[in-house]
Parts: sequence; C-alpha cells; structure tokens
Amino acid sequence: MSAAANQGALAGLQGLRRSPGVWANAWKRLKEDRVGMVSLWIVAAYLVLVVLAGLQLVAGDWQREVGVPYAPPDFVGKQADASSATESLAPDGPNTDITALDPLAARYAEWAERAARLKTSEPPMADTLPFGADRVGRDVLAKAVKGAETSILVGVIAALIATFIGTALGAIGGYFGGRTDDFLEWVYNVFTSIPYILLVFAIAAVLKSGPLAATVGSGIWAVTVILSAVGWTGIYRLVRAEYIKHRSREYVRAAHAIGASHASRIFVHILPNVSHVALVQLSLHVVSFIKAEVILSFLGLGVPVDAVSWGTMLAEAQTELVLGKWWQLAAATAFMAVFVTAFSLLTDAMRDALDPKLR
Amino acid sequence: MFAYAVRRILQMVPTLLGVLLLVFFLFKWFGGDPAEILAGLFATPQQLAAIRAQLGLDRPVWEQFWIFIRQVATFDWGSSWATNEAVSNIFVTRLPATLTIMVPILLLEVVLAVLAAIAVAYVRGSLTDRVIMVIITGALSVSFLVYIIVGQWLFSFKLGWFPVQGWSNSTLTNLLVYAPLPVFLAVLVSLAPHTRLYRSFILDEIEQDYVRTARAKGLDENVVLLKHVLRNALIPILTNVSTQLPGVFIGSFLIEVFFSIPGLGREVFTAVNRSDYPVIQAVTVYLAALTMVINLITDMLYKLVDPRVEFK
Repeated sequence: MSAAANQGALAGLQGLRRSPGVWANAWKRLKEDRVGMVSLWIVAAYLVLVVLAGLQLVAGDWQREVGVPYAPPDFVGKQADASSATESLAPDGPNTDITALDPLAARYAEWAERAARLKTSEPPMADTLPFGADRVGRDVLAKAVKGAETSILVGVIAALIATFIGTALGAIGGYFGGRTDDFLEWVYNVFTSIPYILLVFAIAAVLKSGPLAATVGSGIWAVTVILSAVGWTGIYRLVRAEYIKHRSREYVRAAHAIGASHASRIFVHILPNVSHVALVQLSLHVVSFIKAEVILSFLGLGVPVDAVSWGTMLAEAQTELVLGKWWQLAAATAFMAVFVTAFSLLTDAMRDALDPKLR
Repeated sequence: MFAYAVRRILQMVPTLLGVLLLVFFLFKWFGGDPAEILAGLFATPQQLAAIRAQLGLDRPVWEQFWIFIRQVATFDWGSSWATNEAVSNIFVTRLPATLTIMVPILLLEVVLAVLAAIAVAYVRGSLTDRVIMVIITGALSVSFLVYIIVGQWLFSFKLGWFPVQGWSNSTLTNLLVYAPLPVFLAVLVSLAPHTRLYRSFILDEIEQDYVRTARAKGLDENVVLLKHVLRNALIPILTNVSTQLPGVFIGSFLIEVFFSIPGLGREVFTAVNRSDYPVIQAVTVYLAALTMVINLITDMLYKLVDPRVEFK
C-alpha cells in the first residue's frame, strides 16, 4: 500500500459528511409526518396563546362584564327574550315627597351636588358576543383563552415535575441497583397499591386543611402538586428499566474505564440515550394531567374560585345547559378537544420519530 | 402454587406497612390539626387539650402510629368527624350502592369492548377500521365530564327517558330505574379506549405463527378469530380488567357525585370537602389492601387461563 493511497483514503474520510445526530434524525422524520407537523403547529399556537394570556396581552380582562347576561354567540343572533334578563328593579310610580318629614332634608342639596360630581359610566352591554357570554355577561371566548392558560400551565408544569421525579428516581434505582433499588421499588409499590383517585383525594384533603394550605393550598399550585405527586410512578418504572438495560452496555463501561464518575455516567452518558423515553412520557402525561385537572377543578378541588380553567367552565355549563345556554359548554369542550387531539397526535408522531427500532 | 401464594402474601407485608406509613405521616405532617378541625373555630384551649388527650395526640409519634395500626387491624376507626357516623357503618351502607352501579358497568364494558374489538379486528386495515380508530381518538379527546353533562341533560332533562338523579332503598328499583343512565353513560365513555386497547391485543396475536398455521390448514376465519386468537388475547385483556377491579369498590366517584348516588366514592369526595380524615384514611388503607389481594388472585388466575404460566 503506497503512501499516496493512504493519503487519498484519509482525504475521503474527511470529505464524508458528519452523520446527523439522534435529534436531527428524529426532527427530519417528524418533518415528513404531515399529521405530526399539523399537530405541532396547533400545539405551538396554543402555547403562544398561553404565553400571551400569561403576559395579560390576551384575555387579561376576562373578568370584565362586557355583554348582557347569557348574551348568545354572534352566529346565533340576538334572542327575543334578551330584554327580560335586564329588567328594571326600580319600583313603579312617582317618588313620594317626604321633605317635610325627613330630618335630613337640609342635606339634600349637598347630596345632590356630590352625586353630580361622581360620574358613573354604564358601558354599553353587547347583545351578542363572538362566542356568547356567561351568567354575568363575561365573554366566553376570553374565558376559554384564560382557561386554556390555566389548564395547559397546570398540565405542563405537573408533567415536568412528575417527569423530573420519575426520571431522577428511575435513574438512581436502575443505575445503582441493590439496596437503593429495593428501597425505591418499595416506595413505588406503596404508591401504586393505593388506588389513584384515593391518593389524589388524600393529598387534596391534607392540602386543603393542613399547614401547607397557606402556601400551596390556594392558586393553581395545589392541583399541580397533587398531580405530580401521584403521577411520577409510571415514568419511574420505564426509566428504571432503561437504565438497567444501559448500565452494563459497552459505552458505559468505556466511560467508566476512562474515569467517568457515577454522576457523569448517569447524566452525561446514559441520560441522553434514554431521554426519548422521558420525552414521550412527558407529553403523554401532559394530556392526562390536563384531563385530570379539568375533572378536579370541576369538583372544586382544583383551581381557586377566582381563576378560570376549562374545568370550572364546565362546572358552570352544567347548570347553564338546563337553561338552554350551550355556548360555554361548547367553547370549553372545543378548546380542550382540539388541544388534546393535537397533543396526542403530536405525541404519537414524536414516538414514531424517536423510536430507534423503526430505523 | 401454595408456596407461591404464601410467598406473595409475605411480600405484601412490607408494602402494606408502607401504605400505613404513607397515609399516617401524610396526614400527620401535612394534614391539619385534628383537634382544631374537630373543635371548630370557637374552641377554648381546654377543649383543644381535652380532644388531643382523647385522640392520643399528646403522646409520642410512634405511639400514635401504633394506635393507627390498631385501628386498621381491629376495623375500629371510631366515627366520622363530620357526621359522627361510625366509619365501619359508612362502609357497610355505602358499598351496596357503589356495587349496584359498578358491577353492571364492568360486565357490560368488558363484553361490549371485546365484541367491538373483534369486530374491528375482522375489518383490520380497511377504511372502516381506520374511520373507527379516528372516531375513537376524537371521542377520547373530549372530557368525560362533557359526556355526562350532555348525556344527563339529553336523556333525562330533554327526552325524559330516565330520572335526572335519585336513589331508593330497593336494589331492584335502583337497578331498573336509577342505575341505567349512569351505567349507560359510563359504558359509552369507556368503550372507546377499551376497544382500542383490546384491538391492539388481538392484532398482536393475529400476527403470530400459529394463526398462519390455523389458516393454512383451512380453518374458517371465524374459528381462527374466536377460538385461537381470542383465547390468547384474553390474557392481556384479563390483566387489564384486573387493574380495574379495585375501582369497582371505590366506584366512579364522578358518576356518583353527578347522579347523587350514595356510594363510597361520593362519600370520600364529601369527606375531602369536610376534612373528615378518618373516612379518607380508612377507605385508602382498606382499598390499598384490597388492591393487593386482587392482584394476587389475578396472578393465580393466569394459571387457569394459560397453563404455560409457571409460578416462580
């Protein structure tokens, strides 16, 4: 073999394109999935909406009463009996003059003057709104957007916490094995032997009346804590299985041989190779946590009364439906169904794109 | 098999101890002070101290834990903080209502979902199959709540086919008058996910070699599906049903709350709202124990369904 040929082979090697990484490959596969891309755009649009609502740029004034009570949606049109809702409560007939009897009569002029100084502006109440109004005339569309912010935030944050707990415990248990693993398996068995809903109720009960009520008992944190404290078990189990599979692989032993520490092997070497499992679990849990948040809020165990989520909208809609006011139910259902469907399809597409076995 | 059962029962002990520790310390550390909940807003310090002494709250933590274990073992939980009804009595009186609703739901759900899954598996890969799967995916994205809200409104309020809600003392009346709508709605909602799941179990089996052999020797497709495939697909289906079994006892609390059915699920839910700790603790501990027993029985049943299963 001549030196020239050797040189040529080396040049050929250098000329080779650097092969794309796992994530680049996954992204390429995801881009070829039409359903996945459409879902991705829908989910991204919702996330933008959440951010805008969080910055008070959109639906910041959802609590303002902008329409007549139960104003129907624009496409339904004004209802004939809309006037009955705003009927006057003032008594009929002329006011009786009691100036002669009233000891405070001397101050009438003063009151009249002060009353004149106060300006009350009665903003015109819309007869119809794009998606109708609720019992007190709040815009249902703004409520649905604000509700999306609450429900999605709770779902995403709870899923992030649950994935973090599950991945951390699964990594430690699966990597070290032995006593540590036995202990974590015991904790897992304890958590899973209690029926899901009872664990939710038990934690809800202590958050409601316990010492933590002041800090996490109010706001969206209570429901986030409940969901993540109950939901980490499945992720733990899957991640643990992956770590057991990976811990004796050659690349991990090679890392050991060059002196990588335990922490380095767990987080730098193995974690990137199992992160696709965690990612798919994360998005599966977002969907299931959003559904759970809606049910808990409906029951009054979720978000506080001054907040709005898709669950509280459905709770109001239950009584409204009997009165024939269906739009709040329709709005909350539609907003939620589109997001959940898109997110589920995106999860499926992501799983297909990330599954190394399909390559 | 006997040795296996004994070993499994022994394995339950640490788990059960864990459940007791978890429930006890969850309420001990994160829960409110029982004396304050019981005494109300206008209690004097003497009253609080008296209640603490009565409940043993002034003793060391481990002694309190021992009292807790004794309560679990003797089924003596005292009475509900909110209604003063004996906790054991709550179990006895609420469970029948829950079972009246849940047993029909479980039976109908399994039978209908298996039938639907076989039907879908018959036409697998066709347009019908794909359309049904898309409908199921869409149906799943709508909250369970919406189905109950709309179902109750449509069938009871609008059409008047069923009473809106209610319950009586006669089991027969309950089954025939009050149970049908909740059962129908619950089955309707759970049919979609179960059909999808069972279909995947059946499709897993259809790709096996023995199915090809059965077809190759000229067996009718009906025989192949109903005899060969279904028998093998029953194992994962059975596992799935067994995971739902503990739920039969707690009930679909949402259904119970909605239709005002005086079952165990609704009882726990009201207990949460009233901070009625003994009821929540008792239900949680006993249902956890029940779940473990049911899991053991299911594992033993595998042997009956699949003789290849070996107990290790």
